Amino acid sequence: MKPAAFTYHRAHDLTDAVGLLTDLAAAGEDPKLIAGGQSLMPMMTFRLARPSALVDLGPLRRVPAMTAIADDPEVLALGALVTHHAVETAALSPGFAVLSDAMRWVGHLPIRSRGTVAGSLVHGDATAEWCLLALLLDAVVVAEGPAGRREIPADELFHGFYATAVDPDEVVVEVRFTRPAPHAALSEFARRHGDFAIVDAAVALELDGDAVTGGRVVLGGVAPAPVRVAEAEAVLAGAGDPGDALFAAVADAAATAIDPPDDPPVTAAYRRRLTRTLVADACRRAVPQTVGGAR
Amino acid sequence: MNDPHLLTLHVNGEEHEVVVEPRRTLADVLRHDLRLTGTHVGCEHGVCGACTVLLDDAPTRACLVFAVQAEGADVRTVESLGGEHGALSDLQQAFSDHHGLQCGFCTPGFLMLAEGVLAEQPDASREDIREALSANLCRCTGYQTIVDAVCATAQARREATA
Ligand SMILES: Cc1cc2nc3c(=O)[nH]c(=O)nc-3n(C[C@H](O)[C@H](O)[C@H](O)COP(=O)(O)OP(=O)(O)OC[C@H]3O[C@@H](n4cnc5c(N)ncnc54)[C@H](O)[C@@H]3O)c2cc1C
Ligand code: FES
Ligand code: FES
Repeated sequence: MKPAAFTYHRAHDLTDAVGLLTDLAAAGEDPKLIAGGQSLMPMMTFRLARPSALVDLGPLRRVPAMTAIADDPEVLALGALVTHHAVETAALSPGFAVLSDAMRWVGHLPIRSRGTVAGSLVHGDATAEWCLLALLLDAVVVAEGPAGRREIPADELFHGFYATAVDPDEVVVEVRFTRPAPHAALSEFARRHGDFAIVDAAVALELDGDAVTGGRVVLGGVAPAPVRVAEAEAVLAGAGDPGDALFAAVADAAATAIDPPDDPPVTAAYRRRLTRTLVADACRRAVPQTVGGAR
Repeated sequence: MNDPHLLTLHVNGEEHEVVVEPRRTLADVLRHDLRLTGTHVGCEHGVCGACTVLLDDAPTRACLVFAVQAEGADVRTVESLGGEHGALSDLQQAFSDHHGLQCGFCTPGFLMLAEGVLAEQPDASREDIREALSANLCRCTGYQTIVDAVCATAQARREATA
């Protein structure tokens, strides 16, 4: 349970971080960035990851933009080193409050006080709350590499099985959430509180007065990457009263549409049942308290 | 030694100079290099919380931080809690009074977790405290007594500042 040996390099600014990645790779090393280390270190102690060099983004916490939370009612911009706990305790505008609410599902306080938004997205676990929320709120990942900056939309980010569109020589500098969702919620099931979910569901409802006019449904744990479920969203677009009948139909559509993995401890049938329960639960939680009779 | 680094670590208000390999975790440096063996190591992958210390006041898994990453940060371990001649802190005394420990293996981690939580949320409710303490594992007590000890300390500290 000890990580294999590596050389350690501190990045003092962004140019330094990109430069170190490029130079180390050119020298035949296999460098990796470390931010909070809350995913990378467990991977290294299990020797599932054996980078020959680590480039530490820690000193960049001194760069204000890297830990900034810029909350505009239409776009929320988070610096790459913003921690889960910083989001949990931030007073965000209503369109992004779902992010703060969802943080209680991410591990435990000691994990949340070090783990970062960008680290979570680049790690790309198919059940990570940030990955679901990125699809729910149209996140854009801003990455800087040797060729300059580029923006990666969330729907192009996840390639499945922990692979993402962020290249090994790129540093994520900011994550922007571009689609406010004032009526949104996340729900999940894990065997122990704080573990990665077996299945998690995130829902955003569009409401016109008291009627549902559309929405998004995102699932984790049912495919190699988090997915939006068009079939379930179609039911929401068909409109209706926000109540158990509509939400059961949405949940059924989601459970039918997916083709979840089937492994001995967690069967596909079980993941489908969880999906049905969790989608309905997330829908109910997404309804604002002011809408009568929904709860 | 691979890529040795000379580090200055701030631990419990003192400066320590150590030469370590970058792969050495903060937990191992505290225990083996600084001989501060109060910080315990259980799972070494972030799940059990036995290694919890305060890093710049935030409860942190010392097994999930490389010591090289802790340079410049203020580290507090369980050794910082007690007074002279083995005197217990209020929180430690509450653990004793409420039977919040049996074998004691998990205790340093719970103490540092609770210190961090109470510093950030002095008004934490019993429910908040239960939620926060769920971060760490204890194989002996069944947790209720640990929750009791932390709630009692929170209450006493609130009364003392009221
Ligand atoms: C016990 C435990 C329970 C957990 N439970 C959950 C959970 O329920 N839900 C959940 O979502 N997560 C959970 N986590 C993981 C946690 O959320 C991590 O913090 C997060 O996944 C990674 O963020 P990090 O900053 O720690 O990244 P690191 O571990 O430092 O890095 C992760 C990956 O991202 C890359 N990376 C990091 N920052 C950047 C950047 N700026 N640009 C480019 N690449 C970058 C690294 O190279 C590495 O490949 C848990 C972790 C533990 C130990
Ligand atoms: S030893 Fe660090 S969490 Fe278990
Ligand atoms: S007292 Fe024995 S593990 Fe907690």
